[in-house]
Amino acid sequence: MKEIKVFHNAIKDVPAIASKIKENQKKIIGTLCSYAPEELIYAAGFHPMRLFSSKSDIVLAEQHLQAYCCSLVRGVLEDSLSGQLDFLYGTVFPHTCDSIQRLSDIWRMNGRYEFFADVVLPAKVNTQSARTYMVDVLTKFKKDLETAAGREITDTDLRDSIKKFNLIRKNLSKIYALQSKKPGIIKGADLYAIVKGSMVMDRDEVADLLPAIVANLEKMDAPEKCGKRIVVSGSICDSPDIYTAIEAAGGVIVGDDLCTGQRWFEGEVLNDGNPVNAIATRYMDRIICPAKHSSPTARGENMISLARKNRADGVIFMLLKFCDPHAFDYPYLKEFLEKEGIKNLLIEMDDQQQNLGQLSTRFETFIHYI
Amino acid sequence: MSDKLAEKIKIKSAKRMRDIMTTYYLDAMTAGQNNKQVAWITSGGPVEPLVAMDIIPIYPENHGAMIGASKMGEDLCIKAENMGYSSDLCSYARTDISCSVVKGGPIGGLPKPDMLICCNNICGTVLKWYEVQARFYNVPLFILDTPICHTRYSSEIARYVRAQIDEYIVFLETITKRKFDYDKMARVGKLAYESQLLWQKVLNTTAHKPSPMSAFDAFFFLALIVTLRGTQIAVDFYKDLLEEMEQRIKDGISMVPDEKYRLLWDNLPVWYRLKWLSQKFSDHNACLVADTYTSAWCGAIKYTDENHFLDSMAEAYTRIYLNIGVDQMADQVLDMIKFYDADGFLMHSNRSCKPYSFGQMDIMKIVREKADIPVLMIEADMVDPRSFSQSQVETRIDAFMEIIKQRSS
Ligand code: SF4
Ligand code: SF4
Repeated sequence: MKEIKVFHNAIKDVPAIASKIKENQKKIIGTLCSYAPEELIYAAGFHPMRLFSSKSDIVLAEQHLQAYCCSLVRGVLEDSLSGQLDFLYGTVFPHTCDSIQRLSDIWRMNGRYEFFADVVLPAKVNTQSARTYMVDVLTKFKKDLETAAGREITDTDLRDSIKKFNLIRKNLSKIYALQSKKPGIIKGADLYAIVKGSMVMDRDEVADLLPAIVANLEKMDAPEKCGKRIVVSGSICDSPDIYTAIEAAGGVIVGDDLCTGQRWFEGEVLNDGNPVNAIATRYMDRIICPAKHSSPTARGENMISLARKNRADGVIFMLLKFCDPHAFDYPYLKEFLEKEGIKNLLIEMDDQQQNLGQLSTRFETFIHYI
Repeated sequence: MSDKLAEKIKIKSAKRMRDIMTTYYLDAMTAGQNNKQVAWITSGGPVEPLVAMDIIPIYPENHGAMIGASKMGEDLCIKAENMGYSSDLCSYARTDISCSVVKGGPIGGLPKPDMLICCNNICGTVLKWYEVQARFYNVPLFILDTPICHTRYSSEIARYVRAQIDEYIVFLETITKRKFDYDKMARVGKLAYESQLLWQKVLNTTAHKPSPMSAFDAFFFLALIVTLRGTQIAVDFYKDLLEEMEQRIKDGISMVPDEKYRLLWDNLPVWYRLKWLSQKFSDHNACLVADTYTSAWCGAIKYTDENHFLDSMAEAYTRIYLNIGVDQMADQVLDMIKFYDADGFLMHSNRSCKPYSFGQMDIMKIVREKADIPVLMIEADMVDPRSFSQSQVETRIDAFMEIIKQRSS
């Protein structure tokens, strides 16, 4: 499909995307978490770009972060220090985990970019006072963006932006739903490229491309042979090869619980009333990330419903080494799944380097066994 | 060291402190029989409302320190790993989680909580850890969410945390089915304030040369300001301890005989090697005069208003050492270096504690530049001994002390 090709080509060369965006007189604001309010950034006339590690060797970041820090945080810092992210106008750090929290300080103290913002959202999303605080923080961020942009963000700007992001999210959800209904109509590596592209590419372009992909997929028949239905869970999975390896082992990815997947794009912002409140509402209602709290069992319940809804044969946890929030949840999520009779596998990975051969063997064994 | 000298430098208050802690744990263990409720609370959590409500606060982190000091950490950490918890997680959390299941540790596990109070001003780990315990014990969990003040304490944060103090009180009233006693709270607040002031004064005595006690003693005497803050017991104890320290200064008694070098320690103690480390420095005539860890329990005192304790609590609990930006932490380190006249800075890069350890390398650079003193970073973990290499640490400390000696000669 030619639209999918566009995504593949784009994510292969992020700096090229960046220079194209800058040619269009847009400044780029890097983000590191699915709680970064992209709608606000876009409405201010900036381009929100999720940062991934380029997986370069860690040399400069060694001087700032110990080896027991997750590879995503070290990798992104390396890219910044080595000048690979010099296309950035600035960054925004929503509060996530302890590692991102300190990355924010280190980033600010070694500042290379013009714009910097901490968006310290609440850690709990189940109380009225947390909601009020969330709205306060988002409002303040909006002001910071206005100052940077030298213009006001009007409600119309925000509504247009929300509309754009809702459209992107809705179409991504549709693609996932179609894949779950007709497993295998889209390759894992394609899915990966589309989602990643939607986080880094020009959003107007993304919004144009996605509906065409959906329309195409709707017309397609389900492949005759269907592999074992797999749901993946974790923080980020920034490697198309892993998706391919799962498929080669006889699996098909029918859903995910990733920061760079459904957790990021599920849920719509209601576009009536005060737009900032509406953005906050989505964050309050959204499936939580493990660094946030709504109830002690929220993620477990969500995991079960996700697995059931997608009729998963198995769940693969792909956790980044040294990632505390996810590592804390793993034993209980596993227990919840086992109570439901859903088989699962834990893979501990390093975003920087992966031993694909070994991974493939583990996938094969697991998929054979389910 | 001769027995006579050892007897002379021993801090007399230590025995009383042990007795107080024993009584405290006995009370907690028998809470159920005495119709008292038990709350587990994080070390940086707001304990005063619990004291005002006659609820016994229990600190899993203090328990974790006991586990570490009694060298039972490795076994309990492995047990947690067998339950599926990664070996990269905080060892306080790991030992506590497995201890709840196997009832291990030096006192056979902690009394079961009736409620959990988690304040994330120290880390995000406690949020996850307390969720684990909320599921295990199936008891209510209250979270006091104190957003990190990377660069400032904003009005949004102030409003949010203040609102949660009221929610906290409602939570306690609901669980205990009793009304909150604001008068008692005011008294408890005053006592908490007073004990923090005293603790600060105790820590300040080590600015004297030679120092009457060391950071190793502070690690030990810290237990009361953490667990019994807000009680008369803590106030009385620290008054006496302060007196003892002042007397030691008068009598010229120092913790390290023939103290020549003064060091500042960063991060949590290495609980299972305290004795060895303290001996090691003593042998070099070096005293660890202060640390960034024990002072965290009085660092926010400037934000406390003893006459409006509840109102000032929001700020005092939010702006603690670990909940501020790394650059502000570096400023505090620089102040301490000056105040205690430290000749060297020793940083414990603690695998367990990410919010404390990440940023340390930047602090190291700042200290080298601005304070111009040698800095050493050693790799360890506060409770899990498996990542500690004694021979390596020994070589590095020896080399570090060599540099300090050369510089001062
Ligand atoms: S992978 Fe985990 S530790 Fe790393 S930034 Fe994400 S949440 Fe934090
Ligand atoms: S040691 Fe660090 S990570 Fe562990 S509970 Fe304490 S502050 Fe949190």
